[in-house]
Amino acid sequence: MADTDALLATPLEGLHRELGARMVPFAGYRMPLHYPRGILAEHLHCRAAAALFDVSHMGQAELLGEGAAAALERLTPADVQGLKPGRQRYALLLNEGGGIVDDIMLAHLGSRLFLVVNAARKAVDLPLIAAALPPGVTLRPLADRALIALQGPGAVAAVASLLPEVSGLSFMGVIERDGLVISRSGYTGEDGVEISLPAEQAEAFARRLLALPGVAPAGLGARDSLRLEAGLCLYGQDLDETTSPVEANLVWTIGKRRRLSWDFPGAERIRSELDSGPARLRVGIRPQGRQPARAGTPIHPASGPEPVGIITSGGFGPSVDGPIAMGYVAPAYARDGTPLSLMVRGKALPAAVAPLPFHPHRYAR
Amino acid sequence: MMKFSKDHEWVRVEGEIATVGITDHAQNALGDVVFVDLPEPGRQVAAGEACAVVESVKAASDVYAPVAGRIIEVNAALVDDPGRINRDPTGEGWFFRIALEGPLPDDLMDAEAYARFLEGL
Repeated sequence: MADTDALLATPLEGLHRELGARMVPFAGYRMPLHYPRGILAEHLHCRAAAALFDVSHMGQAELLGEGAAAALERLTPADVQGLKPGRQRYALLLNEGGGIVDDIMLAHLGSRLFLVVNAARKAVDLPLIAAALPPGVTLRPLADRALIALQGPGAVAAVASLLPEVSGLSFMGVIERDGLVISRSGYTGEDGVEISLPAEQAEAFARRLLALPGVAPAGLGARDSLRLEAGLCLYGQDLDETTSPVEANLVWTIGKRRRLSWDFPGAERIRSELDSGPARLRVGIRPQGRQPARAGTPIHPASGPEPVGIITSGGFGPSVDGPIAMGYVAPAYARDGTPLSLMVRGKALPAAVAPLPFHPHRYAR
Repeated sequence: MMKFSKDHEWVRVEGEIATVGITDHAQNALGDVVFVDLPEPGRQVAAGEACAVVESVKAASDVYAPVAGRIIEVNAALVDDPGRINRDPTGEGWFFRIALEGPLPDDLMDAEAYARFLEGL
């Protein structure tokens, strides 16, 4: 396709093509949607063994200098100063209105903070962070690094055959070895790791991982169905600059200390939503039958003409073996089991609010 | 004789009955099919009218009637096993049968022309 020519390539592009990937544009990059086995098989392989994902399109950066953690707290309600060396945390960047600018991963590497932000939000996040820094604190974008995720019940054993110290990490633990930053985390609901490494080493390293027993490549398609089954948000679909952490059911990302001082952007809105309830809430939704309801589908009460919400992510869950979705509904319709009606191509599809995740997390706590 | 539409349906005409499905190219582009919505038997359709939906893990797609007529039968086996569309798109993965009304549209292609059409995409 001609319009993919202006897109950026990740350091693993040659490998993807060699593996027979179907490449698609995503967030300004040419990315593998799936390999010849297809999304379904790649998804199930991740749940059963170990799947390798190229997530090098994501933005990586580091924050250096005295006071880096305090500076970042001007943009997020997470407890950054309380993050211990060797630990990683999921955090939300907020705007002054309490809307979510991005959801990011934040790791304490001892000498500095290491950040992973969404590909499509790099251009927003990095200037925002840079503008919030006092003298002496520096933001260094790491455009020359790749990011590889290995996910699934066999992932850590596979990586540990190359890097034995990985097996000592617990969920959200992070170590640095020979220029590699390895965290025990991911975006699938499975145990696994994400490995940041210099771009020029990425292909050789990915090939070593793929040569290990049980490891197979998986693309963006499986990544999306895996994260949806795990109830994890996708920025741009489930989260945007109008969504608050309370609406998104991500209050747990607000540090306890921060909820005493209320010194973060949008604190006023968040406090009032915690006291009086938000206008809408993110929920899981199970359509009856086999038909998926995609993002943008209006949500109605079981009987009633007025919409009470909208689907923000929807598709088919291969491990659930049925359609699954997430969306926002008015709080009166957010209780598990509440019957709903989804308007799919002009027809009402019966559905119900369902607990998240759809597929149990298997993190190494 | 099998003919093909620009929307990647195939149609096999036997007498006054046309059997319709999606091509191997189409199923390959869609990926793993997880759901089909088939038309009601008895429905009148015009050539080019959207009359079925096929959903894969990644997306939903319309299926168009490549010929005009009346739907006389649908492949109910697809409801429980939509994977047939991926495994055997021009055989067990057929979608519906139409009792033909009027001539076949001029823009239907034979296998050779469809192969050339795919190369030009």
